[in-house]
Amino acid sequence: MSVTRSGKVRAAVLVTGAGLLLTACGGAKVGEAQPAAGGGGAKACGTVNLAINPWVGYEANAAVIAYVAEKQLGCKVVKKDLKEEVAWQGFGTGEVDAVVENWAHDDLKKKYIEDQKVAVSAGPTGNKGVIGWYVAPWMAKKYPDITDWNNLNKYASLFKTSESGGKGQLLDGDPSFVTNDEALVKNLKLDYKVVYAGSETALITAFRQSEKQQKPIIGYFYEPQWFLSELRLVKVNLPAYKEGCDADPEKVACDYPPYELDKIVSKKFADSGSPAYTLIKNFTWTNEDQNLVAKYIAEDKMTADEAAAKWVADNPDKVKAWLPSS
Amino acid sequence: MTAASATTSFAARLPARRYLVALVIAFWAAGWVLLRGRDTLALGGAELTPLHSWLNAAMDAIDDSRNSNPIFLYFINYIRLFLDEAVTFVQALISQPAMDRPLPVLGWLGVVGLATAIALLYGNVRVALLTAAGFLSFGVLGLWQESMDTLALTLTAVALSLAVGVPLGVWAGLSDRFHRLVTPVLDFMQTMPTFVYLAPLTLFFLIGPASATVATMIYAIPPAIRITAHGIRQVSPDTLEAGASLGATSAQALRHVRLPMARQTIIVGVNQTIMAALSMATIAALIDAPGLGQTVLKALQTLDVGTAFNAGLAIVIMAVVLDRVTSAASRRVEAARRAGRLRTVRGRRLEVAGVLGVAAVLGYLSYTYVWAAEFPIEANLGSYVRRAADAVSLWAQDNLVAYTDIVKNLLTNGLLNPFQTVLAGSPWWLVTAVAVAVALLVGSARAALVTAVGLLLVVVLGLWQDSMVTLASTLVATVLVMLLGMVAGVWMGRSDRADMVLRPVLDAGQTMPAFVYLVPILGLFGPTRFTAIIAAVVFAAPVAIKLVAEGIRGVSATTVEAATSAGASTWQLISKVQLPMARSAVTLAASQGLIYVLSMVVVGGLVGAGALGYDVVAGFSQHQLRGKGLAAGIAIVVLGIVLDRVMRAATQRADQAAHGGSHQH
Repeated sequence: MSVTRSGKVRAAVLVTGAGLLLTACGGAKVGEAQPAAGGGGAKACGTVNLAINPWVGYEANAAVIAYVAEKQLGCKVVKKDLKEEVAWQGFGTGEVDAVVENWAHDDLKKKYIEDQKVAVSAGPTGNKGVIGWYVAPWMAKKYPDITDWNNLNKYASLFKTSESGGKGQLLDGDPSFVTNDEALVKNLKLDYKVVYAGSETALITAFRQSEKQQKPIIGYFYEPQWFLSELRLVKVNLPAYKEGCDADPEKVACDYPPYELDKIVSKKFADSGSPAYTLIKNFTWTNEDQNLVAKYIAEDKMTADEAAAKWVADNPDKVKAWLPSS
Repeated sequence: MTAASATTSFAARLPARRYLVALVIAFWAAGWVLLRGRDTLALGGAELTPLHSWLNAAMDAIDDSRNSNPIFLYFINYIRLFLDEAVTFVQALISQPAMDRPLPVLGWLGVVGLATAIALLYGNVRVALLTAAGFLSFGVLGLWQESMDTLALTLTAVALSLAVGVPLGVWAGLSDRFHRLVTPVLDFMQTMPTFVYLAPLTLFFLIGPASATVATMIYAIPPAIRITAHGIRQVSPDTLEAGASLGATSAQALRHVRLPMARQTIIVGVNQTIMAALSMATIAALIDAPGLGQTVLKALQTLDVGTAFNAGLAIVIMAVVLDRVTSAASRRVEAARRAGRLRTVRGRRLEVAGVLGVAAVLGYLSYTYVWAAEFPIEANLGSYVRRAADAVSLWAQDNLVAYTDIVKNLLTNGLLNPFQTVLAGSPWWLVTAVAVAVALLVGSARAALVTAVGLLLVVVLGLWQDSMVTLASTLVATVLVMLLGMVAGVWMGRSDRADMVLRPVLDAGQTMPAFVYLVPILGLFGPTRFTAIIAAVVFAAPVAIKLVAEGIRGVSATTVEAATSAGASTWQLISKVQLPMARSAVTLAASQGLIYVLSMVVVGGLVGAGALGYDVVAGFSQHQLRGKGLAAGIAIVVLGIVLDRVMRAATQRADQAAHGGSHQH
């Protein structure tokens, strides 16, 4: 029984196979007429290993750098999807040449730049990072004075959830970002409890639902971030940051400092004299530039390469300033 | 008769035991009222204990010695080279441009042909058709290359896992001492959250295929060892004795009796190894493992549910195809063994030659011609899948949220919060004493000892309160899993139609990466502990349901008929006959369900569960917290081992009671 059945199938497969063989005649062959890749005339660039940290803003930086390096400098760019911690480890093992958007990370800088001396800074990206507490826009409209921290206790009961044990809920997100929120709540004597959402995904979904369902929410967020172009969250003003007010993490009672986002490269890469190093060192742009490319990727669903190509075509002068003078 | 008397003697003791447990619980409640909030050993999010700092320093020290330590220079580097080469080789065959070609050696037509041929030769016509359809669907979803990357990594990791796991499994099957030695190690490998060792792995094996392969193997080897050992052990002593009496040496007995008789079980082990390896596809993408996992994670950054679902669907399809093919192969082996040789060797050879010949022709075509190498873009239906998934997710988040909110609040305030308050709000020594007493009463002295040591270890790790919060959620999730398991499992066990409808859903629940459905469930339940519980239930309930259904189906038809003809109603039949007789399957379902729930603790940390899951995630993300993350990982392992041992001891006691104490295992 099974013999005859599989026999029939075999015959059928053979017939279709033969049929395919016939139709195949005259098809294009693999490896025929390969287009010549890479721009000619550029100095030897070699391979650049670019870490891709998992957020869209970073990807926007990396996309544009990779596109310019490949198209105008003739480099081979290898993108590696890694979290920050792992990416920095790669400086030591020689697997990562550059991190192109770094948020402070003083502990990693100490370990890899000062102690192990395997990485060096390649200057700011031009992007300004902001960290703080945000509310959904509908709340800022309905309760205009909520953006002053002094009024937060007045509204604490609005933010009660099943997780906050009777207090107001302050939602924290991705643990990759440094947070002083527990100390802040304590030192500003706020009637809130920090609840750890645990990921950026959770945080963004919570803000989205807050706006849609008019459900009160206050949480930790940061810019530049692509989501802000979908929903312009409103920042709550904590006591202003002053130099040194966050020196003791236990006693912090002020807002987060402004961040100068920067680029880090491996020592080896910096010393190699690769034109790609010069490109990365010279690369700077504004928050608006990054937000635009991030929007292409996140909302217009372009691939990183398409988004970069569009931006580079629209901004030839900015790109020209980054290129090594030859 | 002895059985009957033993049952009565147990029955006489049973109420006393039950009262004692109730008494212990009452004592606990009283203790909580008097002492709540004292000695709860709370530790803030960024706070560290000296042990955590020490673990941090130790990891830094290993990191720093990487370039001088001979173990790295001569041992690990070679393993890494070997693994990198192995994966790159398979990738060159099916997924990545290689050997001066713009495309891999085998194009889509060749891979589909080869996979179908293998399914036909080792399985049957049905699974061969399924394989062809499944593999074609990767291309249709627009994810051919990503799927092949995942397949390449999975197959390499599975091959290596089997190469290591099967011999060790045979050894564990033959030697009791080795079995005892290896079991806790396997427990550790299976319950230690991957996030804990992912970053350190890249220090040892660098960023690339080697690290991803090792991470996958750590999770995939245990089932290979366990199930092989089980297969070797279950060969009946009579058969072995018959062999021995014919003068077979132990090596001969292994080769000619044990291994052939255990073959079917070993293939089940292969099946489970493949499933375990595939379930790592997404996590391994965090350290740059290529393939579908990357697509899922990338999509998550922009909360693109559609794209994540599309890639998740490809993973589910791959899992179902590989599962059905290996299951069919295992049944075929069993059938062949039972029936002896049906077909002549020549007939089989002809079949093999014919099928492989066709596959070779297809492979040649795909090597040579572009149309057979690159999957046609026009056939890409991925965008429809993406849009549909997006629409469903959005609709659910907009329209169901009012109801889901009520459910969430009801269960959180009614069940989870009170439970957590008592567990995490009592002094640690009170909880420990109560747990040890309960383990002693429902389990054994041994289980009580494991409980005591385990809970003290949690205290030493400095994560007592976080562990209790996680434990509360874990137990609530397990209760929900068992409720679902009983209801759906009974339904599925009693009706073939229900089985047909439910099984694909269950397979999807088990193999769809959790990252795919995080956004919709977050939209419905918010970042809460309850969302984490839902994610755990989605993943763990299928196993429990399948095991219960298996047990119900295993109840002999004559017993059921007898009960029916005696006038039992359906309800009576289920509650008085089928469930009691399937009791061992139900307890197995509970213990497996629990382990699966625990393996979702870290995913829970990503959606608002806090506690141990968050500690692990934070340890993966922040340098100064990685010691704490490691400690949290160990705490999860400890909780798993304690719960498992207590549950096993309780099952054993119940089994002995049911079988009148004569049952030895």
